[in-house]
Amino acid sequence: MKKSYKIEVDCANCANKMEEAAKKTAGVKDAVVNFMALKMNVEFEDGADVAAVMKEVLKNCKKVEDDCEIFL
Amino acid sequence: MNKKQKKMLFRILIAAALMIVLRVAYSMIGPEADGRVHVKEPWWFLLYMIPYMVIGYDILRKALKGIKNRQVFDENFLMAVATVGAIAIALVEKNGDYIEAIAVMLFYQIGELFQSYAVGKSRKNISALMDIRPDYANVERDGEVVTCDPDEVEIGSILLIKPGEKVPIDGIVESGSTTLNTAALTGESLPREASEGDEVISGCINMTGVIRVRTTKEFGESTVSKILELVENSSAKKSRSENFITKFAKYYTPAVCIGALALAVLPPVIRIIFGMSPAWGSWIYRALTFLVISCPCALVISIPLTFFAGIGGASRAGILVKGSTYLESLAHTKIVAMDKTGTMTKGVFEVSGIHHGTIDGEKILEYAAHAEIYSSHPIAKSIQKAYVSGLLWSFDEATGAAVPVQREAEDQVKRKINRDRVGSVEEIGGNGILAKVDDKSVAVGNDKLMDRLGIEHSHCHHVETVVHVAIDGVYVGHILISDVVKPTAKEAVRGMREAGVSKTVILTGDSKHVAEAVAKDLGITEVRSELLPADKVTAVEELLAEKTGKDVLVFVGDGINDAPVLSRADIGIAMGALGADAAIEAADVVLMDDDPRKISKAICIARKCMRIVYENIYFAIGIKLLCLVLGAFGFANMWMAIFADVGVMVIAVLNAIRALFNNR
Repeated sequence: MKKSYKIEVDCANCANKMEEAAKKTAGVKDAVVNFMALKMNVEFEDGADVAAVMKEVLKNCKKVEDDCEIFL
Repeated sequence: MNKKQKKMLFRILIAAALMIVLRVAYSMIGPEADGRVHVKEPWWFLLYMIPYMVIGYDILRKALKGIKNRQVFDENFLMAVATVGAIAIALVEKNGDYIEAIAVMLFYQIGELFQSYAVGKSRKNISALMDIRPDYANVERDGEVVTCDPDEVEIGSILLIKPGEKVPIDGIVESGSTTLNTAALTGESLPREASEGDEVISGCINMTGVIRVRTTKEFGESTVSKILELVENSSAKKSRSENFITKFAKYYTPAVCIGALALAVLPPVIRIIFGMSPAWGSWIYRALTFLVISCPCALVISIPLTFFAGIGGASRAGILVKGSTYLESLAHTKIVAMDKTGTMTKGVFEVSGIHHGTIDGEKILEYAAHAEIYSSHPIAKSIQKAYVSGLLWSFDEATGAAVPVQREAEDQVKRKINRDRVGSVEEIGGNGILAKVDDKSVAVGNDKLMDRLGIEHSHCHHVETVVHVAIDGVYVGHILISDVVKPTAKEAVRGMREAGVSKTVILTGDSKHVAEAVAKDLGITEVRSELLPADKVTAVEELLAEKTGKDVLVFVGDGINDAPVLSRADIGIAMGALGADAAIEAADVVLMDDDPRKISKAICIARKCMRIVYENIYFAIGIKLLCLVLGAFGFANMWMAIFADVGVMVIAVLNAIRALFNNR
């Protein structure tokens, strides 16, 4: 399953960091951050609890880049 | 500027003002001043800490958080260590020189603010032009017009679209006629006419008249959704340069930190061994300078930003690139293979000549047009069009055929096909038409029809499609019909060559002499004709085997039956994607309209973008290395270091933004 989220982040490199962090989160199959559109597209593993996974994604993103936001 | 940026600007101004006031005060009433009042430490330290905290508290906090989250080596950490270190040295040496630490923070924040502002500006710039998402749709339900979300509209609903509104969903005009502005989709400002029966594409803006449109797709499947999806996913495929920078930063920052540590510790230790004074302060200062210089901001910010701007600039020109890796490949394009029909030619038929007339050529056309009056076959349409448009036909010695001569606009006679002249019409599938026109029996069709009727006819040596005409069983001549080369095709091929393409190849299912004639006309170097769709893949594979090194093979097709070839080539460019979903899926680059000049334009944009990327890489790394060496030998102080850092970043960011603009 794929979902798209609006995000807020300041620099292109921070967007890359967020992408890395999101990819590493359990339950996430693939994640792509588009800095241009300020969007994060997340592909979830089958049977993943989307809400819980996204909470975890946000937490991990905050770890690598304090100054980011994902609008869940 | 947004709220966050305004807040930052405010902080910068406050900190700068405080810093200047304190500096002036220090020279007047500081420990070294001549005046009678002397304010001593630790007051100066405490006072200077106010602007330092105002400007740097968030950096310090981020650095601490980074350490806690094991994300040690980032720019916040570098800045925090360098400034805290500088303050520590000032405290130890009691020289009251806290200004440097504050200045480093100040300039770092100015750089960040500038970058954030520049990015915001260019994002706005791009998104304003890609603002094609319709917010609502006016649907007719039970005779009433209801405004609702485009998502909720079912296929087959009737939409009412007023002037100034966007077409929300693909559909067919049910009634009314108007002009549509497609600029947001194609980058072309030429408006399109649409009237009853025409297809309209979502994302266009209705300019003049009210139209009623019957939807043929759901919103999610409409062109506008497909395009937005494509744009929003465009960063999925990262280029090698981007990956290089990510990797570079991963190793570079720790390496520099270790280098700085070595610079702080090793020389003093060696000096102690040789019995000299260790001069800890000066070496630690050099190490801190080293840290400030080393901040890789310029690189990690400007490279992704360049691709961001490059893809944005391309989409403004109606060229959608699916990822920065394709932009990178496109810059190395050496071979362009292209489909003929629909790509270099219009894919619509036009009468190009009338041949062997025993009666006047225009009479042949007249009879044929009347006989074909009820037919909707593309060839029949082209004959009707040629007749109605009132072209003048003149005999051309070279080809032995009557060819169209454009009449002066004012004396162009608009002719009409008169229904009353046509009697019974019989269509023979795959052969042609038998009809009564003016009580004469007219036969219009191909060789098979003539054979069937037992009418002797000439075998034409021309390359085009041939339509024979016989009246009352007597052969009177034939009409030549050919596909028309796009008016911009020639310029497009020249443009490709100027953009560095060394080989252009036409791949077509058409017959050899048609393909060769077109290729010769356009200046294309190689022709592969009479190919079945599967043969095209083989041909592309052969071409792929021919190329060397970094060369890139691009295939351009109009997206119909081309999907396997599009995905087999290094880069697949789909043309005129408005409405062709399969092409959008299979291609790497999508041209929004069908102007072949966009091919070279795309290559040029890619070239420019890559040039900027390399400029930034060499420039940033070069300046950094130079400053690192100067810093290590003590020729650079922290002021110079922060200028090198912020200055390089500002220049790199400005350079990156250049990729957004692509007026040749």
